[in-house]
Amino acid sequence: MAVGTRPGERTERGILKVWYNPQTRALIYQVALVGGLLLLLWYLVSNLVSNLERQNISTGFGFLWREAGFEISESLIPYGAADTYGRAFLVGLLNTFQVAFIGIVLATVLGTVVGILRLSSNWLVAKVASGYVEVMRNLPLLLQLFIWYAIITVSMPGPRNALEPFTGLVISNRGIRFAVPAEDPSHFWIGLALLFGIAAAVLVYRYIRRYQDRTGQRLPALRYCLVALLGPPLVIWLAFGAPSEMSVPVLQGFNFQGGMVISPEYAAVLFGLTFYTAGFIAEIVRAGILAVSWGQTEAAASLGLRQGLVLRLVVLPQALRLIIPPTTSQYLNLTKNSSLAVAVGYPDLVSVGNTTMNQTGQAIEAITIFMAVYLTISLSISAFMNWYNRHIALVER
Amino acid sequence: MTDLAAPTTAPPPAQATSPLNWIRQNLFNTWYNSLLTILLLWIAYQLVPPIVTWLTVDAVWWAAPSEVCREAAGACWAFIHEKWRFIVFGFYPHAEQWRPALAMVIGLGLLAASCNRALWNRWLALGWLIGLPAIGILMSGGILGLTHVPNTRWGGLPLTLGLAVIGLVVAFPLGILLALARRSDMPAVRAVAIIYIELIRGVPLITILFMASLIIPLFLPSGVNFDRLARAQIGMIMFAAAYLAEVIRGGLQAIPKGQYEAADSLGLSYWQKQRLIILPQALRISIPPIVNTFIGFFKDTSLVIIIGLFDLVGAARASLADAEWRGFYKEAYLFIALIYFFFCYMMSAYSQHLERTLDHSNRRKGDLG
Repeated sequence: MAVGTRPGERTERGILKVWYNPQTRALIYQVALVGGLLLLLWYLVSNLVSNLERQNISTGFGFLWREAGFEISESLIPYGAADTYGRAFLVGLLNTFQVAFIGIVLATVLGTVVGILRLSSNWLVAKVASGYVEVMRNLPLLLQLFIWYAIITVSMPGPRNALEPFTGLVISNRGIRFAVPAEDPSHFWIGLALLFGIAAAVLVYRYIRRYQDRTGQRLPALRYCLVALLGPPLVIWLAFGAPSEMSVPVLQGFNFQGGMVISPEYAAVLFGLTFYTAGFIAEIVRAGILAVSWGQTEAAASLGLRQGLVLRLVVLPQALRLIIPPTTSQYLNLTKNSSLAVAVGYPDLVSVGNTTMNQTGQAIEAITIFMAVYLTISLSISAFMNWYNRHIALVER
Repeated sequence: MTDLAAPTTAPPPAQATSPLNWIRQNLFNTWYNSLLTILLLWIAYQLVPPIVTWLTVDAVWWAAPSEVCREAAGACWAFIHEKWRFIVFGFYPHAEQWRPALAMVIGLGLLAASCNRALWNRWLALGWLIGLPAIGILMSGGILGLTHVPNTRWGGLPLTLGLAVIGLVVAFPLGILLALARRSDMPAVRAVAIIYIELIRGVPLITILFMASLIIPLFLPSGVNFDRLARAQIGMIMFAAAYLAEVIRGGLQAIPKGQYEAADSLGLSYWQKQRLIILPQALRISIPPIVNTFIGFFKDTSLVIIIGLFDLVGAARASLADAEWRGFYKEAYLFIALIYFFFCYMMSAYSQHLERTLDHSNRRKGDLG
């Protein structure tokens, strides 16, 4: 039988035949895309090189080892104007971490509370909570930061007639100061003992779980864990003779001395981030709890679980599964939003980088550092949260 | 339906809806709710009267010099009286401020008309075709006897709205393309989309704005340059496109595979399939997150003040820098907060309306029992 063309088969030859093959076509598209991008990149980079030469801007990260020459108002590590740009970036990075971490903790607590209150059967409470959420979500964070900053620096009284709600806490336009234990050599050892205590508490908890699996008996886990956690630091504290001297804020001249200070800039960033993000977390928590059907609660109650246990063993584990992924992205948003600190002058990474860019002109390097840092933070938080998600995911059989 | 066995049971008892009953059921139903109610009422009693007095009774309502305000115990609406045109229009020349006002009216009117799908006809298209150049001419001037106003003097609300609307209009199609690219079968296309989206979403908007304002000039051949406003707009578009892409991808993922297969079996090409079958469904289910992204983006336009543009927030801050009126931040921020709240609230209300009217699902809605 002669081999002919079947009806419907394409009869084009040569170049058209190649073009009608979906695989080759896809390959051509991709080669064109990548080639085009590479050409564009080459064009941009060649412009960049000539521009940098013309404007006499040096390149490379060598500037990180040069003297910075500017002061930073807040730092977790010792820093002075004579230190390097690299160290300045490190100071900024630590400040970013600090404000983001504390903000995440506070926003989670506040957001959870507000989210639960929105579901309250008390009409007034529910309305107040939803009003809070509406206001926070509909105003720009930057505006909120400016409002907090203005409240502290403009509306608060000067140090001489500072507000003192109770002894050991003073609020003035120079920031918020509160009493802390006076510096003492025992602190280092107490901190070490606390780390040890955390490890001990984890071990004790594991042992209790195993004991319950083996014998069916429940030990008072909370009590034992608390002893394991707080026991070691307490012993060390007593061993050092129970130092109890406090460093309290005292007015000296034009400002307060002593105690721990929260600067207006830091307070504005922290309050702004916390209240703003809490509005979003509240909505997530509310949706998560609503998604667990009432039948689950009833079923748990019919098994004879007490109300606290119903929440802990039945409702929360199911709600958390829905709450955690969006909350993760809120944590990421908070961390990224902490870069708005530059607007009120809190020396976070972006703020320090901005000063560096203005001084050295090395914008590309500074922005590369920003991107590297924020991408690392983003990717590690999402990696951790993915792990946690898998950990609590529904095991379907 | 009526000839089927009609229920013979008595109607439910009328609910007791006396106000007293309502209060008992909604405010004092348990002991801790009673406690919370009392606590909240006490806080309200402490806070609300002073705030209301500050806002109204003690306030300076009429135009007055700042000294009068400093002596008054209440809000200084004289400040708003004095500065509202600066806050709303920024450094735009005072005598010409009817132009951005008219431009905003045209833009917002066209947007409002476009929100009603019954009005989607060629007249509306014509309206946009005439309206957009008209807005441009009004803002920039230079022809038709209008004096030229360089865009370095644009500011306030027109700038905020312009950045947001232009940003979203351009970023939306880009976002759709990126979302499709990320779901493409071609590995190189997918990789490019993933790298772009994750890179942009992983870094704060400020970084992108810094990049747009400081690095874009370095990448352009000497002599070619965009002004600062255009660079900020480019940065905002790059940012919005990545976020919209992820939201739209969520919608695309929710479309069952059968829809793709049905479209393929009809012999539709890739673009026909996306345009006629996939995207209409995917965009509809992603309306709530898309509007959330829009609201977030509208708020995020305030960040341009960090690279030196005077949008609404920037103009409000600049108005506070006037030595004579320093310190009236509450009035200024309250004023712009109300503007932001109004626009964001309208957007979320429209999204809820859209969700209802576009809900063509076969879910039961009526009283078919």
